[in-house]
Amino acid sequence: MTGGILDPQGPIAAAERLILVNATEIMLVVVVPVIVLTLVFAWIYRAGNTRVAYTPDWGYSGKVELVVWSVPAMVVILLAGVGWISSHELDPARRIAAAAAPLRVEVVSLDWKWLFIYPDLGVASVDQLMLPTNTEVAFTLTSATVMTAFFIPQLGSQIYTMPGMQSHLNLLAAHVGDFPGQAAHFSGDGFSRMHFLVHALTPEDFAAWKARAQATGAPLDAAAYALLARPGVLDHPQSLRAVDPNLFDKITHGTELPAAVPVATPSRP
Amino acid sequence: MGKLSWSVIPWDQPLPMTASLMLAIAGCAILVVITRKRLWPYLWQEWFTSVDHKRVGVMYVILSLVMLLRGFTDAIMMRTQQALAAGAAQGYLPPEHYDQIFSAHGTIMIFFMAMPFMVGLMNFVVPLQLGIRDVAFPVLNSVSFWLTAAGALLVNMSLVIGEFAKTGWLPYPPLSELQFSPGVGVDYYLWALQISGVGALLSGINLVTTILKTRAPGMTYMRMPVFCWTALASNLLIVAAFPLLTATLAMLLLDRYVGMHFFTNTGGGNAMLFFNLIWAWGHPEVYILILPAFGIFSEVIGTFSAKTIFGYRSMVLATMAICILSFMVWLHHFFTMGAGADVNGFFGMMTMIIAVPTGVKMFNWLFTLYRGRIRFEVPMLWALGFMVTFVIGGLTGVLLAVPPADFVLHNSLFLVAHFHNVLIGGVLFGGMAGYNYWFPKAFGFTLDRRLGLCSFWCWLVGFYVAFMPLYALGLLGMTRRLQHYDDLSWRPYLICAAVGAVVILLGIIAQVAQLIVSIRTRASRRDLSGDPWDGRTLEWSTASPPPSYNYAVLPQITGRDAFWAAKHGQAGEPPLALGPAPGVDGAPRQPVEVPNNSPNGFVTAFFAVVMGFALVWHIWWMAILGSACAVVTLLVFGWVPRAAIEKSA
Repeated sequence: MTGGILDPQGPIAAAERLILVNATEIMLVVVVPVIVLTLVFAWIYRAGNTRVAYTPDWGYSGKVELVVWSVPAMVVILLAGVGWISSHELDPARRIAAAAAPLRVEVVSLDWKWLFIYPDLGVASVDQLMLPTNTEVAFTLTSATVMTAFFIPQLGSQIYTMPGMQSHLNLLAAHVGDFPGQAAHFSGDGFSRMHFLVHALTPEDFAAWKARAQATGAPLDAAAYALLARPGVLDHPQSLRAVDPNLFDKITHGTELPAAVPVATPSRP
Repeated sequence: MGKLSWSVIPWDQPLPMTASLMLAIAGCAILVVITRKRLWPYLWQEWFTSVDHKRVGVMYVILSLVMLLRGFTDAIMMRTQQALAAGAAQGYLPPEHYDQIFSAHGTIMIFFMAMPFMVGLMNFVVPLQLGIRDVAFPVLNSVSFWLTAAGALLVNMSLVIGEFAKTGWLPYPPLSELQFSPGVGVDYYLWALQISGVGALLSGINLVTTILKTRAPGMTYMRMPVFCWTALASNLLIVAAFPLLTATLAMLLLDRYVGMHFFTNTGGGNAMLFFNLIWAWGHPEVYILILPAFGIFSEVIGTFSAKTIFGYRSMVLATMAICILSFMVWLHHFFTMGAGADVNGFFGMMTMIIAVPTGVKMFNWLFTLYRGRIRFEVPMLWALGFMVTFVIGGLTGVLLAVPPADFVLHNSLFLVAHFHNVLIGGVLFGGMAGYNYWFPKAFGFTLDRRLGLCSFWCWLVGFYVAFMPLYALGLLGMTRRLQHYDDLSWRPYLICAAVGAVVILLGIIAQVAQLIVSIRTRASRRDLSGDPWDGRTLEWSTASPPPSYNYAVLPQITGRDAFWAAKHGQAGEPPLALGPAPGVDGAPRQPVEVPNNSPNGFVTAFFAVVMGFALVWHIWWMAILGSACAVVTLLVFGWVPRAAIEKSA
């Protein structure tokens, strides 16, 4: 299976696939026998088969009840342990490798496009996310409009983007490649077109992109942002330069929002 | 007339116009037939104003089956759209239609299909199983039903007049706020649910009171059939949870109508509040639906295995445990909000704990089959299909309860496949089992077995063909609610899912055919015994259909499986005191008080529809008139003196 969450391209997604597979296997130990026994009992004890025992009043057995309660309880205790520990180890806000400083990326969901701001590099991109491989990326996310969710299936963990709030997510791409990313939470008429490509690049290629964007990208000033914030979809991804370092905070607190967001039907997404 | 004008009717859109034209023609045809056959007085006296719990229950189920057709039409449109709209192809539904369709599908299936199905079966069965003559508040029961029907009518009016919500079945703000959804769609949703929500709450109060206070002599708690226990748990949840829904939706209404800021982006509003409130209702809601279905399966599996249910006390304990635990898991619907590892971990564990009582139930059904004499009648096949299907849904559910697994599965088609797996495999299969099981009791003749089997197999096979590909698509990273997608490798799975939907359609056609054929051949399939399945519980001890007073003499209950014990004359068990045999001496030995008909429900609901419609369209004078008339009707008919509302049969 290529693509999707069973084809992880980073440590977070790989750990999540492992949990998915392990938890499924633990439960199959109980679920498969239940399905088989249902079919077997139904067949053996069919009304036409009078050779087998029939105990119409047998409604209680302490031993059976003990098994009946303890089997699901033990499975759940095991899984609850998995859930509790993994919930802490894979908390989206948790740093992956504390040693090196991460690449900071600020993510803004707009109607219906993604704005990625690299505050330390002074560049930004829309509907495409450039990442250097084997570098931890610390995402801070908000929404300039309705809620949606930021999700790159092959890198792991999705997280909601919410207006007036900042959420945190740390991911790492281990391999060079292009991975689909998407809005995972319905956000209106243009939702289906609100996807992007993640380009995981070698550090050299990433530096080259950064230099190109700094040199030739269109500036992201207030007017350009206001245009971006209008509901609609873009035909092509963009690279931008000259980004106001406080833009993300202004968006979070609503001070950079256009006075009135028009809500007309979008240009046919 | 407020915002209402001729332009709100979508003249230029062929799909809704064709659909509404067909509805109008079908509706007119039904009205003509009723008028020509002079059925109006019969319908009014025997059904619309009836406060008999059996009639009300049957009307709930009819509403539910009609809404199943409507909701399924939406479903098959979504499946064909997704099978078509890949890459360069855009399909036939633009986003503004597609968004309304999936919102309407979820709303209708949950609130106007699954809810009335379960409430209807509980209404019909619980008083019969408890050995009593009606629910605690018969007129209120009728009011509850008609308010539910009023909500269903409002949702369906939005098809023709205006539009429906484009926000999903739960209107998450800020998308559902006026700024982003200025149309009337969300208002239709909100008022329909506020009106039917009152109906659900009243019905819950009614059934809780009935079960707690009005059982037949000797019917102690631990002698109640399992279905009554699950009905009690389900209705306790309704009483506790539905006020939350009403309050939450009221806050959204205040935001939309008077400019408040509970959930807006500005003015101090916070949408996360809505997520917490709506799921604090929403998770109990799924147990409100599944618990009665568990009860139905318990009855069906016991009866058709010709055995007492295994582990009765465990069943009761498990039911009540689920009832309580269901209020402690709501946050698992938004693990991806970033609430932190401790919060996610806690709610993940609580969610998994619910799997314990559910697993116990599964094992108890398994051991009820063990050493039974199993008859593969239609209700039993639905039950066996449930046992096999539901454990798969349980597995994927527990998987979603592991927070990191949810981080990659949330909002995907895997999630969609999971909840259809438990809602179709659990609630709908349960409803169908109950429908086939109790139909002879309600109408005095059995349903056609061959078409019933045909329907069951189509549903079962169709379910797997339609939803297993969605599990795979979720793993491939496909999100839900996509009107169009670029990844062509997803398409074969979606075509397969569309084929599955067609197989389910065949199952629905078989279901309709089963009903028509059975009615036409009813003379040959009469059940004069009142006990066609060799039943175990009290409802099978009375005639089919039962007289309006259910039991001429209230039965004296001395044990569990009371009717089975009476039939099989167990040692030490005195025979059940049953009424006179039907057909021999139909009259009760003593006068029986039966509540008189009441037009209260119908008239109140009529004005509630007027009020809801006027509020949707901002026609304030009509809203005031409608609500005033509704309140006056409710009170005036509510104060009729006792002498006038009860008659002696």
